[in-house]
Amino acid sequence: MSTTTPPVGPGEAAYGSTTRTAAEPTGGPVQQTSATFVGMPTFPDAARTALANTQQRRNLHNATHTIRAKRAHVVAEVPEWEALRLAGAEAKDEALTHLGEYLEQLERTLTAAGAVVHWARDAAEANQIVVDIVRAKEVDEVVKVKSMATQEIELNEALEAAGINAWETDLAELIVQLGHDRPSHILVPAIHRNRSEIRDIFTREMGKVGRPAPSDLTDDPARLAEAARLHLREKFLRAKVAVSGANFAIADTGTLVVVESEGNGRMCLTLPETLISVVGIEKVLPTWEDLGPMLQLLPRSSTGERMNPYTTMWSGVHVGDGPQEVHVILLDNGRTHVLGDRLGRQALRCIRCSACLNVCPVYERTGGHAYGSVYPGPIGAVLNPQLRGTASAIDQSLPYASSLCGACFDACPVRINIPELLVELRGTVAQQGGHRAESAAMKAAAWVLSDPKRLAGAQRAATTAGRIIGKRTIRSVPGLGAWTNARDLPTPPTETFRQWWVREHGSEQGTEGDER
Amino acid sequence: MSARDEILARVRAAVADVTTEPGARGPVPVIQASSPGVSETVELFAENVADYRATVIRTRATEVATAVADAVRSSGCRSVVVPTGLDPAWAQALAGVASVSHEADAATHSELDAVDAVVTGSAVGIATTGTIILDHGPDQGRRELTLVPDTHVCVIDADVIVHDVPEAVARLRPAPGHARPLTWISGPSATSDIELQRVEGVHGPRTLIVILVAADDDTAG
Repeated sequence: MSTTTPPVGPGEAAYGSTTRTAAEPTGGPVQQTSATFVGMPTFPDAARTALANTQQRRNLHNATHTIRAKRAHVVAEVPEWEALRLAGAEAKDEALTHLGEYLEQLERTLTAAGAVVHWARDAAEANQIVVDIVRAKEVDEVVKVKSMATQEIELNEALEAAGINAWETDLAELIVQLGHDRPSHILVPAIHRNRSEIRDIFTREMGKVGRPAPSDLTDDPARLAEAARLHLREKFLRAKVAVSGANFAIADTGTLVVVESEGNGRMCLTLPETLISVVGIEKVLPTWEDLGPMLQLLPRSSTGERMNPYTTMWSGVHVGDGPQEVHVILLDNGRTHVLGDRLGRQALRCIRCSACLNVCPVYERTGGHAYGSVYPGPIGAVLNPQLRGTASAIDQSLPYASSLCGACFDACPVRINIPELLVELRGTVAQQGGHRAESAAMKAAAWVLSDPKRLAGAQRAATTAGRIIGKRTIRSVPGLGAWTNARDLPTPPTETFRQWWVREHGSEQGTEGDER
Repeated sequence: MSARDEILARVRAAVADVTTEPGARGPVPVIQASSPGVSETVELFAENVADYRATVIRTRATEVATAVADAVRSSGCRSVVVPTGLDPAWAQALAGVASVSHEADAATHSELDAVDAVVTGSAVGIATTGTIILDHGPDQGRRELTLVPDTHVCVIDADVIVHDVPEAVARLRPAPGHARPLTWISGPSATSDIELQRVEGVHGPRTLIVILVAADDDTAG
């Protein structure tokens, strides 16, 4: 942005005065945008396509409204909810602000418990570690627990390139994988699909990769769940290697925690001989006791249940029970870049509950695909530009994918102030330039508003236009397409207050003489 | 520089502004609902377990063996596996209603997959959430035992039921060098993946029968 122009407006001054720590190279490098999302269109462009899909909009409306009611019900049962949110935020902040110490402690406790700890700077490094371990086991398949970290690094694609089949075992992930689709929600990646679409996918695809769906399969959710049970059981029983993420990694005990519903997690974490867990470095919790608030916050925020059906906790290798070879890969992939921003680092508190998606009026209408990342919704709108930087069209547009209504902050169990971060990121994007028309318009407005004669002239022009336009609605203006494609312009008034005053009182001077 | 050293260096540079010491926040605050009384806690536990569509059977210490055998028989299970440390009286009662195999006999995943039910004890219960926690001690067996069979009959003593989550967390803190794996169970296997509605029955046991044993001095049974 040029600095030799008229003074900035009050709003711009307020935002412009904030120090932008994001640009300071205090942390690590940004994450490379994965192949799937390179060249992704801006959020408004992608959203326009999504909004035209009425089936998807109906599915999303049903699902988000169902989960909102469930969450509100179980959160209302807990009178100390706000104190829990503070405790959850405090636990994550303690871990994040002393991350080096807690990571080293975690490495020590995991190693003492028999786990092998690996470190991965980025997606490629993490994927290579997994591929090498799987190859050393001389197998050509792995079973997978739903994991955002492995989606983020596109592990399945890397395994496929190495000739290794990765079987997703979470029901929604299975629907996405069999449907050759992309996830659209953190918790329920197939939220954009309804039951009859799921039946069609199972009937068409299951037989190609294993046990076919029952020939009389209906769209009853219980029958669909049973079809998944039958299809995956043979894979669980024979798999030698499993890949998981972790919801929490507890530094002082070396314990990993996976929170799930179906039992596919337990299958993967228990039956195979080798377990590889890919864990983002921000998943660390300082102490065992931090599970107290976290296990109250996460299930109620996530699926709207008092507790999720299954939680597994393990510390390295347990002799005679479960995998006897346990690997943990600690993943950076842009996280240290986010950590370097004093304000922005609060986004790393995220426990991937998806409450912010479920309450978001924008997400409810566009769905998750428009966000151009495995992290959609309000948290995605802040986390993606933080992790990947704001160089691409999609990452520049994401901070604007919000009405700033604040419902996400209210719902967040670890109190991430998403609206505040969105405004900060908008500032970052605006300072990069590229908003020439808007800043020129603002400068022109400042020039007009700073002089009463210019303002009067502009108002005369506007009222003339108003009389010509009459009662018609202005739906588009040449050159203002970006503004008017989502908004109607107000029709200019046929008379301003000052013109009315002159007409009624004969002189503008009257306004100044009438002081009381 | 190794990946480890580089990541740790990045982390330290990123939080160079932080001046506090690790742990300066003090102990983790214990935020939990307090129990209105022992019997209320047990009632709440039973209510919340049943809310997940698990079956809750109330019994007394002297009648557990009968209750366990009845549960297996009434759920139509013909074979049952028992962990090594299960009360021998229970195993004996089970032998009258189903073919009983011991943990060591079902050594492979496929052998376990052929068994209808498993009967175990439990370590801790949580009333506010209706949760049962297994620490896989001798009366609960290795983890896959309570995972692969489709019916899980789980016996819990009223005196191991705590009121809220933090109390359970405190009881279960792993001993250094002797950590046990833990499985927290809240109802039967379920999914919310289809239109965000809870449906019971995916990969874990689809039938969960909880036998709640009243404390000795609780005459209400």
